[in-house]
Amino acid sequence: MRESCVIQLRIWPAYGLTDHKLTAVTNRGRLSAPGELTGPGSLDGGPGHLRDSGSQDNGGPATAGAAVLTPEPGEVYLGGAGLPAGEPLSEYARRHNLAPASARPSALKYLRSLWQRRQFISGFATASNVAMYSEARLGQLWQVLTPLLNAAVYFLIFGVLLGINRGVPGYIPFLVTGIFVFNFTQRSCMTSSVVMRQNLPLIRALPFPRGCLPLGYVIIELQQLVLSFAVLFVIILAYGEPLTWYWLLIFPILTLQTLFNVGCAFILARWGAGFDDVSQLLPFIIRTWFYASGVIFSISTTLALIPGKVLYNHPHLAYLLQINPAAVYITLIRNALLQDQRTSMPGYHPYNAVRCAMYGNPGKFHIPSDVFASKVIYYSSYCHPVVSTTALWGYAAAWAVVAVVAGFFFFWRAETRYGRG
Amino acid sequence: MVVVDNLHVVYRVYGSGADKGTAATALLRVVKRQRRPSIREVHAIRGISFVAYKGDAVGVIGRNGSGKSTLLRAIAGLLPAEVGMVYTLGDAALLGVNAALLDNLTGERNVILGCLAMGMSPQTVKERYQSIVDFSGVGDFINLAMKTYSTGMGSRLRFAIASAKDQDILLVDEALATGDAEFRVKSHQRIDELREHAGTVFLVAHNLNEIEETCNKVIWLEKGRIVQAGENVLEIIDAYLAATGGEPRVREPRDPVTGSSR
Repeated sequence: MRESCVIQLRIWPAYGLTDHKLTAVTNRGRLSAPGELTGPGSLDGGPGHLRDSGSQDNGGPATAGAAVLTPEPGEVYLGGAGLPAGEPLSEYARRHNLAPASARPSALKYLRSLWQRRQFISGFATASNVAMYSEARLGQLWQVLTPLLNAAVYFLIFGVLLGINRGVPGYIPFLVTGIFVFNFTQRSCMTSSVVMRQNLPLIRALPFPRGCLPLGYVIIELQQLVLSFAVLFVIILAYGEPLTWYWLLIFPILTLQTLFNVGCAFILARWGAGFDDVSQLLPFIIRTWFYASGVIFSISTTLALIPGKVLYNHPHLAYLLQINPAAVYITLIRNALLQDQRTSMPGYHPYNAVRCAMYGNPGKFHIPSDVFASKVIYYSSYCHPVVSTTALWGYAAAWAVVAVVAGFFFFWRAETRYGRG
Repeated sequence: MVVVDNLHVVYRVYGSGADKGTAATALLRVVKRQRRPSIREVHAIRGISFVAYKGDAVGVIGRNGSGKSTLLRAIAGLLPAEVGMVYTLGDAALLGVNAALLDNLTGERNVILGCLAMGMSPQTVKERYQSIVDFSGVGDFINLAMKTYSTGMGSRLRFAIASAKDQDILLVDEALATGDAEFRVKSHQRIDELREHAGTVFLVAHNLNEIEETCNKVIWLEKGRIVQAGENVLEIIDAYLAATGGEPRVREPRDPVTGSSR
């Protein structure tokens, strides 16, 4: 096999005055340099230094599709005079502090470089947000119109056509709040699942920490959320909601939700970078999540307290649904903004078995529906909560921390693989 | 500085025509746990070793499909090596032909965001903004979305952005080909500047004139292997032309100092 590996030296006569020193080094050591040896040390090492020692005897041309690639003893071109004889190139690279081209920075260093790019992240988000509507005649107006239309659709279906309250006081504000809060997480997940493929040209052209991109997309959604919430405030104030200090609670809640979204965005960005299947499947998962998170009905009251419902008989399931991150953030925001929600939340009043039972089964107590709708509907607050408000805050923080830490490490581990393919 | 140590790169290409492409065949494949039959492996780089130093401008020549772009993308860290390793000192920026940055954004936004992405401070970006725009020569188009640019304008702006920072390694893959004569002179000067700042430049071009003018070293690739490489740029180019049946170049007898020992 050795014989087949012809070592070719192609040292061409210098052109003009070119003083070129070409060193060819094979795994058998230095072969020659044009005319002169570069220094007394250049024969150090000699033929004893073998590169790729495991595959020495597998010479011969490697073919496409071969299971085991067979490195041939190669020549080193453009080596120049600085390259000592016999030294493996990997040693040489290490000695000169060269890093593998596809080396991943340490997690701490990566975090620092992300922080260093914060201006890029916010600038990227703002610019993309502006560009998103650049082809629409109404332009930036869509940033406000989109949430408004969203709310209008649900108002039309549930408020006008169905006219139901599903055992929830103040149903329309309840519904609109839920939709806007869920929308934030939903859109962060959907957009970040395509972020790496959408920005492939940028990734391939410039060196920067790739985590900037999913982060930027979450910032875009955060900017949209600010506008949605402006619309939301107008709607719920129009429904007669009092402005209270409780509203300030939305800041810590939305901070936690944003952190959670960042975590999800990191995870989905990595999954979505590889194959398109993720973004195909995601809408279905998200729609299931939407219905399981109590956006259009209340898990804690209508589903968990009324006898005969599946969740009434399976409190563990009710518990699981209520601690799912989307439900946690939605419930907390509702309790902060909507007085009716706060005061009808199970556990708001000390437990009262009769009143709780009246909420769960008004028929048994012969309560007329108009009385139920105006008064008894608040009796859910006399029941035992499945998940207390304190626990909800605990879960809100836990989900945020777990998601953002897990997401960061998950994304970081594949840092060098984005942009390939 | 770049050290390429016995590099092998294998592409896995999806979606070549072998599959019938119906849902039923796809399902059968999933059930049988088979790999997609349409995956083909292309051994694009077959064992390349070289060292390029700070201040080198290395031209890479070869026929279409000889592995030039693959080599550059491997150096940029965008392709995994099957065997071997690429070692680099510092960051690498790769400029390709169709690498529009952020298509929907204006040239102005692209300049600012591109510079921020490379890690410049907003202060530095502000200072350099005008010189980048002037260098790119796109003029009033700077306020239009980058997707409205002609190919040449796009590549000029991209080159201006990527070379605004003193890159440690700049990989130019035919990105200058669409520029006009004026831009060629400018980019040539800029590459020389980068080399003076201890950067390493790789240039893939079919325009051999460009290689001759810009590079002090050249690598000739053929089917993923190096045929010839060295500092004797003109001879290798001549040999390459002879091998590929190109017209022999007619050169003015040039001053040897400026001609080849840059």
